[in-house]
Amino acid sequence: MGINYLYPDFEVVRNQDRCISCRVCERQCANEVHSFDEATGRMKADESKCVNCHRCVSLCPTRALKIVKTDHTFKENANWKGEVIQDIYRQAESGGVLLASMGTPKDYPVYWDKMLVNASQVTNPSIDPLREPMETRTYLGQKESVIKRDANGKIITKTAPQLKLEIPIMFSAMSYGSISYNAHKSLALAAQELGIYYNTGEGGLHEDFYQYGKNTIVQVASGRFGVHPGYLNAGAAIEIKMGQGAKPGIGGHLPGSKIGEDISKTRMIPLHSDAISPAPHHDIYSIEDLRQLVFALKEATAYTKPIIVKVAAVHNISAIASGIARSGADIIAIDGFRGGTGAAPARTRDNVGIPIELALASVDERLRQEGIRGNVSLVVGGSIRSSSDVLKAIALGADAVYVATSALIALGCHLCRTCHSGKCNWGIATQNPELVKRLNPEVGSERLVNLITAWNHELKEMMGGMGINSIEALRGNRLMLRGIGLHETELNILGIKHAGA
Amino acid sequence: MNGYHQRTPLEGEVRIPSGCAISGIISRSGKRFSGREAISSIAVMHDRSNGLGGGFAGYGIYPEYADFYALHVFYYSSEAKRSCEDFLEEHFDLINLSKIPTTKHHAITDEPLIWRYFVTPLPTKLASSQLDENEYTARCVIKINREIDGAYVFSSGKNMGVFKAVGYPEDVGEFYRLDDYEGYSWTVHGRYPTNTPGWWGGAHPFSLLDYSVVHNGEISSYDANRRFIEMFGYSCTLMTDTEVITYMIDYLHRKQGLSFEEVANVIAAPFWSTIERKSQEEKEVCTYLRNTFASMLITGPFSIILGFSGGLMALNDRLKLRSLVAAEKDDRVYLASEEAAIRVICPEPDRLWYPSGGKPVIVTLEGQQGGQDGHQLPVSGL
Repeated sequence: MGINYLYPDFEVVRNQDRCISCRVCERQCANEVHSFDEATGRMKADESKCVNCHRCVSLCPTRALKIVKTDHTFKENANWKGEVIQDIYRQAESGGVLLASMGTPKDYPVYWDKMLVNASQVTNPSIDPLREPMETRTYLGQKESVIKRDANGKIITKTAPQLKLEIPIMFSAMSYGSISYNAHKSLALAAQELGIYYNTGEGGLHEDFYQYGKNTIVQVASGRFGVHPGYLNAGAAIEIKMGQGAKPGIGGHLPGSKIGEDISKTRMIPLHSDAISPAPHHDIYSIEDLRQLVFALKEATAYTKPIIVKVAAVHNISAIASGIARSGADIIAIDGFRGGTGAAPARTRDNVGIPIELALASVDERLRQEGIRGNVSLVVGGSIRSSSDVLKAIALGADAVYVATSALIALGCHLCRTCHSGKCNWGIATQNPELVKRLNPEVGSERLVNLITAWNHELKEMMGGMGINSIEALRGNRLMLRGIGLHETELNILGIKHAGA
Repeated sequence: MNGYHQRTPLEGEVRIPSGCAISGIISRSGKRFSGREAISSIAVMHDRSNGLGGGFAGYGIYPEYADFYALHVFYYSSEAKRSCEDFLEEHFDLINLSKIPTTKHHAITDEPLIWRYFVTPLPTKLASSQLDENEYTARCVIKINREIDGAYVFSSGKNMGVFKAVGYPEDVGEFYRLDDYEGYSWTVHGRYPTNTPGWWGGAHPFSLLDYSVVHNGEISSYDANRRFIEMFGYSCTLMTDTEVITYMIDYLHRKQGLSFEEVANVIAAPFWSTIERKSQEEKEVCTYLRNTFASMLITGPFSIILGFSGGLMALNDRLKLRSLVAAEKDDRVYLASEEAAIRVICPEPDRLWYPSGGKPVIVTLEGQQGGQDGHQLPVSGL
């Protein structure tokens, strides 16, 4: 490293009075930070390897460890911040693209936090969800625009295929490969218990998980990994992944080191070969090409599965969504730029795309202006962090939301943002069998069920507070939102008034 | 309308929740009676209004012009009247026009010009529009209300009429001389807005074609409903619950051809848990309607009386968060916010009941099909 020496970001602080040298930290750290010094009989740490994932801290039996941010600093400079300088050092050394994981940590506005929710007072009653029915069931899929009747005048009740969600929350796409077998199994078990859906991501579906097909959305991405007729028919819906919020406009790369036997089989690619997803689908260079893929997939599944088209939130998103709504797709999933990823070029992740709140508001409004909102359901993701985010998304116009980072945190993720290293100490973003077994799928699924159930309670509580007892009466109900600290342009795009107005 | 009132924001500029009193009377045999009973009924519920709006809808009141649309229009200036009449001349044959007769009443002030036109669409215009005459007329009405400042069409059905003003409803009835009209059904509304609008168009009933709605409540689903219905050419300029409810009923009943019972299954859809307990066939239909028209579900408290040609429908929200009473005696059916409002005009009804939340009470004239319904049952929804 020489003159480019980078001082470690963190310091491992060990309270030697508490440390009993049990070496748990050493065994738990896949990054090999901790080691036992035979000479002194004490534990020591190489903090240059620490990613601040808290695994050692969480498992230390005597609470002897903590990780602190280093106070080592460059000369203060508002423009040339330390991280900017370090990035330049790194690239000067490597000549490569900077890699990053999970959603952008940059300080962009989070509009969820700038919207406030209404409640009933006097003129209409709030409703107590413990005493009255409070409904969160949602159907996703195309709605009929004209009622048809048979010869006897009875309504013909056949509809386009629908997804039925007991709670308007789904687990969004994370491929087997980017996350572990046990992480996938946790998601599948939880989706089944909750009456919702999880998403395979682009890595195919492990044969052990076909049994959860009723609660599975299978994804078709540009690499077409693991796509075959059995796979397409295994799930409840098919998602065409056109883009991802964390890295709009670019493809994906799962390094060969992660392509072990199971993954190679599931993805239908040779052992240890790199799995590269092209940036575009090479059969989709235009909207009419998308329509062909949508119908090809419908043909392959005899029109029994809704087709989701997932796109990243980019500048022209409302026109793009309008095109998709006319493509035969049943559901549009929009992924905001704060969404997570297992690996992405840092510059793309931190600079490309737009916030999901603005994308959602403008897409919902555009589809209504064009009278085609009923053609499709809208699912949004890209950093939904709590039940109030869910509520605000639905009030802006979403039918349901996708969550992934929140789900991973429930499974133990501490957001250290080094998924791309493959050494996830929590057994989530890794294929190392020793690490994977740290995540118990039964425990994991229980924690996911707890999380979503808790959110649903909170959702019902807030709905009841505003006198709404069915989720469909909240959908697009923007009068229930007010902006706080937003300027006119933002309010106009969100289609809401400022607090007090 | 903006230029004519400077004091406080009006409907359309601000959303104004309101509590209210409603009442409705129908003779199932089609016997016509004056507006006096409706006046007496609503007067009992004086305290449920606050003098900021009252109004009536009478059906069967214009038998001599039964084939023509009766447009009732408020004008706030003679320029508005000229523009509106130019528009009407361009789109309709004007069969008759006159001021609506009124009496000076001490409690009713600031009245606009109030005119009535009996019209029928110009055949050539209608043909080139490729619309049926109802849709043609509805679009013209919506266009006038949206685009001609100072003109407001507040009634547009055939053989029916809405009469409304700022004031207590019983005074409004006297002002419009409703003793002089005879109809087979009447609905009436007394308003208690939580703000202080001074605009006559904001009073209720709200009406489009021959649908009229009186409503008591404040719906929590308002903006979800509004943003959905506006996809289909409606424009919710008043920002009131009653307006959006009327448009949804118009869309579901007239445009989608749903029966009134089916309409009730959309706007006051049964809970999923209730649907689960129904027969397979009913379950399929209820699920279909609820899913297909999900955004037309109304939540929050409401009791409405819908007037239509040949009948009335009363409906409560699913939790029955507003009072609504029904009664019958001989060929009459009475619907009101309070029992007292029925007993004052019908002291000893044969039957009196409190309809359940979400269960419509549909009353149609004997020997006549209620709209596109085909419901022959005189009263349903017990």
